[in-house]
Amino acid sequence: MATDIKMPQLGESVTEGTIAKWLKKPGDPVAKYEPICEVATDKVNAEVPSTIEGTMVEIIAEEGSTVEVGQLICRIEEAGAAPEKAADQPEAKTEEAETPPAAAEEAGETSMKARYSPAVLRLAQENNIDLSKVQGTGKGGRITRKDVLKAIETGAATAAAPTPERAERKAEAAPEPVSPVAKPTIAPVKPAPAAAGITLENGDTEVPVSSVRRTIAQRMVMSKHEAPHAWTMMEADVTGLVALRNRLKDEFKKREGVSLTFMPFFIKAVVDSLKEFPYLNSVWAEDKIILKKRINISIAVATDEALYVPVIHDADEKSILGLAKAVHQLAEKTRAGKLELKDMQGGTFTVNNTGSFGSIASTPIINHPQAAILSFEAIVKRPVVKDNMIAVRDMMNLCLSLDHRILDGLMAGRFLKRVKERLEAYGPDTQI
Amino acid sequence: MPVISYIDAVTQALMEEMKRDPRVFVLGEDVGVRGGVFRATVGLIEEFGEDRVLDTPLTESAIAGVAIGAAAYGMRPVAEMQFADFIMPAVNQIVSEAAKIRYRSNGTWSCPLVIRAPYGGGVHGALYHSQSVEKIFTGVPGLKIVMPSTPYDVKGLLKSAIRDEDPVLFFEHKRCYRLIKGEVPVEDYTVPIGKAEVKREGTDVTVISYGLTLHFALQAAEQLAKEGISVHVLDLRTLIPLDKEAVLEAVAKTGKVLIVHEDNLTGGFGGEVAAVIAEEAFFELDAPIKRLCGPDVPAMPYSPPLEKEFMLNPEKIAKAIRELAEF
Repeated sequence: MATDIKMPQLGESVTEGTIAKWLKKPGDPVAKYEPICEVATDKVNAEVPSTIEGTMVEIIAEEGSTVEVGQLICRIEEAGAAPEKAADQPEAKTEEAETPPAAAEEAGETSMKARYSPAVLRLAQENNIDLSKVQGTGKGGRITRKDVLKAIETGAATAAAPTPERAERKAEAAPEPVSPVAKPTIAPVKPAPAAAGITLENGDTEVPVSSVRRTIAQRMVMSKHEAPHAWTMMEADVTGLVALRNRLKDEFKKREGVSLTFMPFFIKAVVDSLKEFPYLNSVWAEDKIILKKRINISIAVATDEALYVPVIHDADEKSILGLAKAVHQLAEKTRAGKLELKDMQGGTFTVNNTGSFGSIASTPIINHPQAAILSFEAIVKRPVVKDNMIAVRDMMNLCLSLDHRILDGLMAGRFLKRVKERLEAYGPDTQI
Repeated sequence: MPVISYIDAVTQALMEEMKRDPRVFVLGEDVGVRGGVFRATVGLIEEFGEDRVLDTPLTESAIAGVAIGAAAYGMRPVAEMQFADFIMPAVNQIVSEAAKIRYRSNGTWSCPLVIRAPYGGGVHGALYHSQSVEKIFTGVPGLKIVMPSTPYDVKGLLKSAIRDEDPVLFFEHKRCYRLIKGEVPVEDYTVPIGKAEVKREGTDVTVISYGLTLHFALQAAEQLAKEGISVHVLDLRTLIPLDKEAVLEAVAKTGKVLIVHEDNLTGGFGGEVAAVIAEEAFFELDAPIKRLCGPDVPAMPYSPPLEKEFMLNPEKIAKAIRELAEF
């Protein structure tokens, strides 16, 4: 008896995964918990472990196909499950060898269903025909030009002009595979969500939306849609911190092997302030507000393609050195595409170092379902009044977006002020 | 309208054009007293004398060269290559001289020359008497290449070729000579060079062909009509200049194209037709463009079973059409 292996739940918000690579092929022995395939989900790549020991029998979901959680991806014959069968395996094999033609023929009936010829695509587009509703009479269920012409004539399968809303719903429905075999990712599920008045002109380039990009888009929309964002900004004089870092950084690098950036100081200031203001470290849960005990800091790490927010868990238990190493590791993992699910989960507050690319003010979008997000902007030398004199100081803006359902300006302002004070408290000789 | 054979249409056209225009004369091996090995020039020497019907030495380079010189001088020569296979020694004259005279002289000179040549297999002619040679010339700008399939087109196109101001290669399928008969008007008419013709209307598969295989395609279409497959058949009639418009129109009828010719597949003219379709009718296509051609083997076999295997026939074409129809 072959055991069905299904797409596992790879994280709470993950609904589908793309089979990136099969590590086992039919006939390969598989040990329990041994990885059988690599799956790329919305945000991370993960390996699917085998649930049993045995032999890979059949791969159902091909590489590149996107499969819903819980869908069959392969079958594994359990070790020792059928010793009798093993004895007459040769016979079974010959039988198998004989059957494929019939099976192939049967499977072939719809194998060409989604292979559209240029003529078919053109006619369908010109006449607004929904090809998924057209019955194919060609080889392998292929929809022929004649089939489309017939559909045009009879008026069947006309697709209603997709409204943006419809397109959205369609996108959501997309992960649902039509057959046990997962749909290939390239399947034209959403032929033209560009319907919302977007027209292509000569020279325009269409870039397909990657699953990461789509997730970012969905999360951003969700956050902006659900959480009423309020925004506030404070200015911090970090002259002392800059001097401290300048004094320590070379030796730090030599001793610890990682660069001493400002990020650990920012995180430390945030973490300590969160302890004073637990509402900043909370989640809105409709009829209640959940104050999180653990302080897990999400840090924004950008790559060329996407923005990731891996998490430093229990950041309040870490020193400046511990934070520096944690930041370094997560950044490395992100850039190498090696983030694991656990690196992505459980964040309670987000710190964003927008200053790293020169920004001096930003209005960040809250990392749903957290209560707030804090951006540290660029440190710039500016003339400021200090002790009634003009002085050149290292100045930095702190930009806080907050979920106004949970927080009001007063508490957020007090929190921000404490972060500011902590950063300003650093002097050239502070011990870290 | 009288029904005549394909070769009679050749003879009639020559006879009528020689009567019409005293500059027209024929030359070739055995075209005079013998009346041609296929009897295409029969009766001409009696009618016009040996000054206008020249029996030449067995030297194709000379036949072509003399004809080119005469054409340049203002005559209207119709040279015959006894078999298209024998055209090889004349290729230099045809390609380097005839095709280029107009260009080389900046339009001052032209070369109103016709070279007739019987081509093709199916007559137990084996290696030296069965070749299709059109692909050697289709890539040479400056030449017109006419390959009719019916007596009506033979007569009308040969007249057009003789009246044309530029060199025309006029390839006659020798199997058609006495096999294909058709109605031909008594009165003078011409068929324009560079115009294809729809020989049968259909909606499932478009077949593009010329020469003998065109008739096989029509027979296959007739057979398939009984099976409910409707075949559209286009006769190219002229390869160069290619009637692109007609090709694209025929493609648009069905979106499925089968190109058939006896010349072998690789480098054959079907590849050019397929390329034109792919470039200019991509969004009409409902199936890959298919070619059914002679095999890529060095020569026509002498052995009858092997010759049969080499040659196309209505059954082979019907099978290819059926596959496309089912796609």
